[in-house]
Amino acid sequence: MPSDLKSEPQAAAQLTLAGMRLGIRRVAVLMPGIVVFSVAFGAAASAKGLSLFEAVLMSALVYAGVSQLVAMELWRPEWSWGAIAGLAVVTATVNARMVLQGASLQPWFARHPRLVNAAHLFFFTDANWLIGTRYHGEGGRDLGVLVGAGLVLWLVWVAATVPGYLLGALVADPRQYGIDLVMPIFFAAMIVPLWRGKRGALPWIIAGIVALVTARLVDGYAFIIVGALSGAVAGAFLNDPA
Amino acid sequence: MTLPEPGSWGPYLAIVAMALATYLCRISGVVLMGFVPLTPRVRRGLAALPGSIVVATVLPLIERLGLAAGLALLAAIASMAIRRSELLALLVGMAVVSLMRAAGF
Repeated sequence: MPSDLKSEPQAAAQLTLAGMRLGIRRVAVLMPGIVVFSVAFGAAASAKGLSLFEAVLMSALVYAGVSQLVAMELWRPEWSWGAIAGLAVVTATVNARMVLQGASLQPWFARHPRLVNAAHLFFFTDANWLIGTRYHGEGGRDLGVLVGAGLVLWLVWVAATVPGYLLGALVADPRQYGIDLVMPIFFAAMIVPLWRGKRGALPWIIAGIVALVTARLVDGYAFIIVGALSGAVAGAFLNDPA
Repeated sequence: MTLPEPGSWGPYLAIVAMALATYLCRISGVVLMGFVPLTPRVRRGLAALPGSIVVATVLPLIERLGLAAGLALLAAIASMAIRRSELLALLVGMAVVSLMRAAGF
Protein backbone atom coordinates (compact mmCIF):
# COMPACT_ATOMS: atom_id res chain seq x y z
CA MET A 1 0.00 0.00 0.00
CA PRO A 2 1.12 3.59 -0.44
CA SER A 3 0.64 3.83 3.33
CA ASP A 4 3.69 1.72 4.16
CA LEU A 5 5.72 4.08 2.01
CA LYS A 6 4.43 7.05 3.94
CA SER A 7 5.70 5.38 7.10
CA GLU A 8 9.25 5.91 5.82
CA PRO A 9 10.88 8.79 7.70
CA GLN A 10 10.27 12.17 6.03
CA ALA A 11 14.00 12.88 6.18
CA ALA A 12 14.32 10.30 3.42
CA ALA A 13 12.82 12.79 0.93
CA GLN A 14 16.01 14.52 -0.13
CA LEU A 15 16.47 17.04 -2.92
CA THR A 16 19.65 19.03 -2.56
CA LEU A 17 21.91 21.28 -4.62
CA ALA A 18 24.80 18.90 -3.95
CA GLY A 19 22.68 16.15 -5.49
CA MET A 20 21.99 18.30 -8.54
CA ARG A 21 25.72 18.89 -8.97
CA LEU A 22 26.35 15.15 -8.74
CA GLY A 23 23.65 14.54 -11.36
CA ILE A 24 25.26 17.06 -13.70
CA ARG A 25 28.65 15.36 -13.26
CA ARG A 26 27.15 11.94 -13.97
CA VAL A 27 25.30 13.10 -17.07
CA ALA A 28 28.35 14.92 -18.48
CA VAL A 29 29.63 11.65 -19.93
CA LEU A 30 26.51 11.42 -22.07
CA MET A 31 26.66 14.99 -23.39
CA PRO A 32 28.62 14.40 -26.63
CA GLY A 33 26.18 11.68 -27.65
CA ILE A 34 23.16 13.83 -26.76
CA VAL A 35 24.52 16.81 -28.74
CA VAL A 36 25.06 14.76 -31.87
CA PHE A 37 21.67 13.07 -31.52
CA SER A 38 19.96 16.45 -31.16
CA VAL A 39 21.90 17.88 -34.10
CA ALA A 40 20.77 14.90 -36.18
CA PHE A 41 17.16 15.59 -35.17
CA GLY A 42 17.52 19.27 -36.12
CA ALA A 43 18.89 18.28 -39.52
CA ALA A 44 16.04 15.80 -40.10
CA ALA A 45 13.49 18.44 -39.06
CA SER A 46 14.79 21.01 -41.53
CA ALA A 47 14.87 18.37 -44.29
CA LYS A 48 11.20 17.60 -43.54
CA GLY A 49 10.18 21.25 -43.81
CA LEU A 50 9.52 22.10 -40.17
CA SER A 51 10.20 25.70 -39.21
CA LEU A 52 13.09 26.31 -36.81
CA PHE A 53 10.53 27.30 -34.16
CA GLU A 54 8.61 24.04 -34.63
CA ALA A 55 11.78 21.97 -34.37
CA VAL A 56 12.92 23.70 -31.18
CA LEU A 57 9.40 23.54 -29.73
CA MET A 58 9.31 19.79 -30.33
CA SER A 59 12.70 19.30 -28.65
CA ALA A 60 11.55 21.41 -25.70
CA LEU A 61 8.11 19.87 -25.18
CA VAL A 62 8.56 16.27 -26.30
CA TYR A 63 12.22 15.83 -25.26
CA ALA A 64 12.45 12.19 -26.34
CA GLY A 65 14.94 11.62 -29.13
CA VAL A 66 13.87 8.37 -30.72
CA SER A 67 10.21 9.39 -30.88
CA GLN A 68 11.16 12.76 -32.39
CA LEU A 69 13.14 11.03 -35.15
CA VAL A 70 10.26 8.60 -35.75
CA ALA A 71 7.91 11.62 -35.97
CA MET A 72 10.10 13.05 -38.74
CA GLU A 73 9.43 9.88 -40.75
CA LEU A 74 5.69 10.51 -40.33
CA TRP A 75 5.73 14.32 -40.64
CA ARG A 76 3.44 15.83 -43.27
CA PRO A 77 2.65 19.25 -44.72
CA GLU A 78 -1.09 19.03 -43.90
CA TRP A 79 -2.54 17.66 -40.67
CA SER A 80 -5.92 16.04 -40.10
CA TRP A 81 -7.16 15.15 -36.60
CA GLY A 82 -6.72 11.50 -37.50
CA ALA A 83 -3.08 12.02 -38.47
CA ILE A 84 -2.43 13.93 -35.23
CA ALA A 85 -4.01 11.15 -33.16
CA GLY A 86 -2.00 8.56 -35.11
CA LEU A 87 1.23 10.43 -34.39
CA ALA A 88 0.34 10.56 -30.69
CA VAL A 89 -0.23 6.80 -30.63
CA VAL A 90 3.07 6.06 -32.40
CA THR A 91 4.85 8.41 -29.97
CA ALA A 92 3.30 6.61 -27.01
CA THR A 93 4.39 3.19 -28.29
CA VAL A 94 7.95 4.39 -28.94
CA ASN A 95 8.11 5.90 -25.44
CA ALA A 96 6.23 3.11 -23.65
CA ARG A 97 9.50 1.96 -22.09
CA MET A 98 9.30 5.06 -19.89
CA VAL A 99 6.26 3.54 -18.16
CA LEU A 100 8.39 0.65 -16.92
CA GLN A 101 11.43 2.82 -16.24
CA GLY A 102 9.30 5.08 -14.05
CA ALA A 103 7.70 2.09 -12.31
CA SER A 104 11.12 0.64 -11.46
CA LEU A 105 12.12 3.84 -9.61
CA GLN A 106 8.70 4.48 -8.02
CA PRO A 107 9.70 3.27 -4.52
CA TRP A 108 12.26 6.09 -4.52
CA PHE A 109 9.92 8.75 -5.96
CA ALA A 110 7.04 7.79 -3.62
CA ARG A 111 8.75 9.59 -0.71
CA HIS A 112 8.45 12.91 -2.50
CA PRO A 113 5.37 15.14 -2.89
CA ARG A 114 3.25 14.49 -5.96
CA LEU A 115 3.87 17.92 -7.44
CA VAL A 116 7.63 17.46 -7.23
CA ASN A 117 7.33 14.11 -9.01
CA ALA A 118 4.98 15.56 -11.64
CA ALA A 119 7.56 18.28 -12.34
CA HIS A 120 10.78 16.28 -12.43
CA LEU A 121 9.21 13.47 -14.45
CA PHE A 122 8.78 15.91 -17.36
CA PHE A 123 12.59 15.73 -17.63
CA PHE A 124 12.75 11.94 -17.27
CA THR A 125 14.67 10.23 -20.11
CA ASP A 126 16.68 7.09 -20.82
CA ALA A 127 19.80 8.88 -19.57
CA ASN A 128 18.05 9.91 -16.35
CA TRP A 129 16.80 6.42 -15.82
CA LEU A 130 20.27 4.92 -16.27
CA ILE A 131 21.86 7.47 -13.94
CA GLY A 132 19.03 7.19 -11.39
CA THR A 133 19.03 3.38 -11.41
CA ARG A 134 22.76 3.22 -10.82
CA TYR A 135 22.67 5.92 -8.13
CA HIS A 136 19.69 4.35 -6.34
CA GLY A 137 21.37 0.94 -6.56
CA GLU A 138 24.40 2.39 -4.77
CA GLY A 139 22.08 3.46 -1.96
CA GLY A 140 21.66 7.09 -3.05
CA ARG A 141 18.29 8.74 -2.33
CA ASP A 142 18.81 12.41 -3.31
CA LEU A 143 16.29 13.31 -6.00
CA GLY A 144 18.51 16.28 -6.91
CA VAL A 145 20.65 13.86 -8.95
CA LEU A 146 17.77 13.27 -11.36
CA VAL A 147 16.68 16.90 -11.37
CA GLY A 148 20.18 18.21 -12.11
CA ALA A 149 20.87 15.66 -14.81
CA GLY A 150 17.43 16.15 -16.39
CA LEU A 151 17.59 19.97 -16.49
CA VAL A 152 21.07 20.16 -17.98
CA LEU A 153 20.32 17.46 -20.53
CA TRP A 154 17.12 19.27 -21.51
CA LEU A 155 18.93 22.58 -22.03
CA VAL A 156 21.61 20.94 -24.16
CA TRP A 157 19.04 18.93 -26.09
CA VAL A 158 16.97 22.02 -26.96
CA ALA A 159 20.01 24.19 -27.76
CA ALA A 160 21.71 21.61 -29.99
CA THR A 161 18.58 21.33 -32.15
CA VAL A 162 19.35 24.81 -33.55
CA PRO A 163 22.78 24.20 -35.16
CA GLY A 164 21.49 20.88 -36.49
CA TYR A 165 18.56 22.66 -38.12
CA LEU A 166 20.71 25.46 -39.57
CA LEU A 167 23.53 23.24 -40.83
CA GLY A 168 21.14 20.56 -42.06
CA ALA A 169 22.72 18.56 -44.85
CA LEU A 170 26.19 19.75 -43.82
CA VAL A 171 26.02 17.36 -40.89
CA ALA A 172 27.73 14.14 -41.83
CA ASP A 173 25.96 10.81 -41.47
CA PRO A 174 26.05 10.24 -37.70
CA ARG A 175 25.99 6.48 -38.24
CA GLN A 176 29.54 6.63 -39.54
CA TYR A 177 30.85 7.50 -36.08
CA GLY A 178 28.61 5.08 -34.25
CA ILE A 179 26.46 7.87 -32.77
CA ASP A 180 23.34 5.72 -33.21
CA LEU A 181 24.96 3.38 -30.69
CA VAL A 182 25.49 5.85 -27.83
CA MET A 183 22.33 4.92 -25.93
CA PRO A 184 22.59 1.16 -26.68
CA ILE A 185 26.20 1.21 -25.40
CA PHE A 186 25.12 2.89 -22.16
CA PHE A 187 22.27 0.45 -21.77
CA ALA A 188 24.61 -2.51 -22.33
CA ALA A 189 27.26 -1.17 -19.93
CA MET A 190 24.56 -0.91 -17.21
CA ILE A 191 24.46 -4.72 -17.09
CA VAL A 192 27.72 -4.68 -15.11
CA PRO A 193 26.61 -2.56 -12.11
CA LEU A 194 23.22 -4.31 -12.16
CA TRP A 195 24.81 -7.78 -12.01
CA ARG A 196 23.82 -9.68 -8.85
CA GLY A 197 24.98 -13.18 -9.79
CA LYS A 198 23.67 -15.83 -12.14
CA ARG A 199 20.41 -16.34 -10.22
CA GLY A 200 19.43 -12.73 -10.73
CA ALA A 201 20.24 -12.95 -14.45
CA LEU A 202 17.64 -15.63 -15.22
CA PRO A 203 14.79 -13.08 -15.55
CA TRP A 204 17.02 -11.02 -17.87
CA ILE A 205 17.54 -14.01 -20.15
CA ILE A 206 13.79 -14.52 -20.28
CA ALA A 207 13.33 -10.79 -21.00
CA GLY A 208 15.89 -11.03 -23.82
CA ILE A 209 14.32 -14.08 -25.46
CA VAL A 210 10.79 -12.66 -25.28
CA ALA A 211 12.05 -9.32 -26.67
CA LEU A 212 13.82 -11.03 -29.59
CA VAL A 213 10.71 -13.04 -30.45
CA THR A 214 8.46 -9.98 -30.12
CA ALA A 215 10.77 -7.93 -32.35
CA ARG A 216 10.41 -10.62 -35.02
CA LEU A 217 6.61 -10.69 -34.77
CA VAL A 218 5.68 -7.03 -34.16
CA ASP A 219 6.94 -3.88 -35.89
CA GLY A 220 8.05 -0.91 -33.87
CA TYR A 221 9.28 -0.81 -30.30
CA ALA A 222 6.77 -3.06 -28.51
CA PHE A 223 9.58 -5.57 -27.89
CA ILE A 224 11.03 -3.44 -25.07
CA ILE A 225 7.89 -3.34 -22.96
CA VAL A 226 6.81 -6.94 -23.66
CA GLY A 227 10.31 -8.33 -22.97
CA ALA A 228 10.93 -6.23 -19.87
CA LEU A 229 7.54 -7.07 -18.35
CA SER A 230 8.18 -10.78 -18.93
CA GLY A 231 11.51 -10.42 -17.12
CA ALA A 232 9.88 -8.64 -14.17
CA VAL A 233 7.15 -11.28 -13.88
CA ALA A 234 9.79 -14.02 -14.10
CA GLY A 235 11.78 -12.26 -11.37
CA ALA A 236 8.72 -11.99 -9.14
CA PHE A 237 8.04 -15.73 -9.33
CA LEU A 238 11.46 -17.31 -9.96
CA ASN A 239 13.58 -15.48 -7.41
CA ASP A 240 11.50 -16.81 -4.50
CA PRO A 241 13.84 -17.17 -1.56
CA ALA A 242 14.27 -20.94 -1.28
CA MET B 1 -20.34 17.69 -34.12
CA THR B 2 -17.36 17.84 -36.46
CA LEU B 3 -14.33 19.79 -35.28
CA PRO B 4 -12.90 22.40 -37.61
CA GLU B 5 -9.85 20.99 -39.45
CA PRO B 6 -6.51 21.76 -37.74
CA GLY B 7 -5.38 23.84 -40.72
CA SER B 8 -2.34 26.02 -40.06
CA TRP B 9 -2.36 24.97 -36.39
CA GLY B 10 -1.66 21.38 -37.49
CA PRO B 11 2.08 21.24 -36.78
CA TYR B 12 1.64 22.79 -33.33
CA LEU B 13 -1.22 20.48 -32.43
CA ALA B 14 0.87 17.51 -33.60
CA ILE B 15 3.76 18.61 -31.37
CA VAL B 16 1.47 19.13 -28.38
CA ALA B 17 -0.13 15.70 -28.98
CA MET B 18 3.33 14.12 -29.00
CA ALA B 19 4.28 15.99 -25.84
CA LEU B 20 1.12 14.84 -24.02
CA ALA B 21 1.62 11.22 -25.11
CA THR B 22 5.24 11.31 -23.92
CA TYR B 23 4.43 12.95 -20.58
CA LEU B 24 1.73 10.33 -19.96
CA CYS B 25 4.37 7.62 -20.53
CA ARG B 26 6.71 9.41 -18.12
CA ILE B 27 4.23 9.64 -15.25
CA SER B 28 1.98 6.62 -15.70
CA GLY B 29 4.43 3.98 -14.45
CA VAL B 30 5.05 5.97 -11.28
CA VAL B 31 1.33 6.70 -10.76
CA LEU B 32 0.25 3.09 -11.39
CA MET B 33 2.90 1.65 -9.05
CA GLY B 34 1.42 3.88 -6.32
CA PHE B 35 -1.64 1.60 -6.35
CA VAL B 36 0.33 -1.66 -6.25
CA PRO B 37 1.05 -2.96 -2.76
CA LEU B 38 4.81 -3.50 -2.37
CA THR B 39 4.65 -7.16 -1.37
CA PRO B 40 7.89 -9.20 -1.33
CA ARG B 41 6.86 -10.64 -4.70
CA VAL B 42 6.32 -7.20 -6.24
CA ARG B 43 9.68 -6.12 -4.82
CA ARG B 44 11.38 -9.07 -6.53
CA GLY B 45 9.64 -8.18 -9.78
CA LEU B 46 10.80 -4.56 -9.46
CA ALA B 47 14.33 -5.74 -8.65
CA ALA B 48 14.41 -7.77 -11.88
CA LEU B 49 12.93 -4.88 -13.92
CA PRO B 50 15.97 -2.64 -14.63
CA GLY B 51 18.12 -5.49 -15.99
CA SER B 52 15.14 -6.78 -17.95
CA ILE B 53 14.58 -3.36 -19.53
CA VAL B 54 18.26 -3.16 -20.47
CA VAL B 55 18.40 -6.64 -22.02
CA ALA B 56 15.02 -6.31 -23.76
CA THR B 57 16.14 -2.99 -25.28
CA VAL B 58 19.60 -4.03 -26.38
CA LEU B 59 19.27 -7.59 -27.73
CA PRO B 60 16.75 -6.83 -30.52
CA LEU B 61 18.72 -3.68 -31.39
CA ILE B 62 21.84 -5.79 -31.92
CA GLU B 63 19.83 -7.99 -34.23
CA ARG B 64 18.61 -4.93 -36.17
CA LEU B 65 21.87 -2.96 -36.20
CA GLY B 66 24.14 -5.84 -37.15
CA LEU B 67 27.43 -7.50 -36.30
CA ALA B 68 29.47 -4.31 -35.81
CA ALA B 69 26.96 -3.04 -33.26
CA GLY B 70 26.88 -6.37 -31.42
CA LEU B 71 30.67 -6.50 -31.08
CA ALA B 72 30.76 -2.85 -29.99
CA LEU B 73 28.27 -3.55 -27.19
CA LEU B 74 30.21 -6.64 -26.05
CA ALA B 75 33.42 -4.63 -26.01
CA ALA B 76 31.69 -1.92 -23.96
CA ILE B 77 30.42 -4.49 -21.43
CA ALA B 78 33.89 -6.02 -21.14
CA SER B 79 35.45 -2.58 -20.63
CA MET B 80 32.84 -1.76 -17.96
CA ALA B 81 33.49 -5.05 -16.17
CA ILE B 82 37.22 -4.32 -16.04
CA ARG B 83 37.35 -0.59 -15.36
CA ARG B 84 33.81 0.42 -14.21
CA SER B 85 33.94 3.64 -16.20
CA GLU B 86 30.97 4.62 -18.38
CA LEU B 87 33.07 7.07 -20.34
CA LEU B 88 35.68 4.44 -21.16
CA ALA B 89 32.98 1.91 -22.07
CA LEU B 90 31.44 4.47 -24.42
CA LEU B 91 34.78 5.27 -26.07
CA VAL B 92 35.64 1.59 -26.49
CA GLY B 93 32.21 0.82 -27.96
CA MET B 94 32.29 3.77 -30.36
CA ALA B 95 35.84 2.95 -31.45
CA VAL B 96 34.90 -0.65 -32.23
CA VAL B 97 31.80 0.27 -34.21
CA SER B 98 33.51 3.07 -36.20
CA LEU B 99 36.47 0.84 -37.10
CA MET B 100 34.22 -2.02 -38.15
CA ARG B 101 31.90 0.22 -40.16
CA ALA B 102 34.89 1.91 -41.82
CA ALA B 103 36.14 -1.57 -42.70
CA GLY B 104 32.80 -2.23 -44.38
CA PHE B 105 30.97 -4.42 -41.86
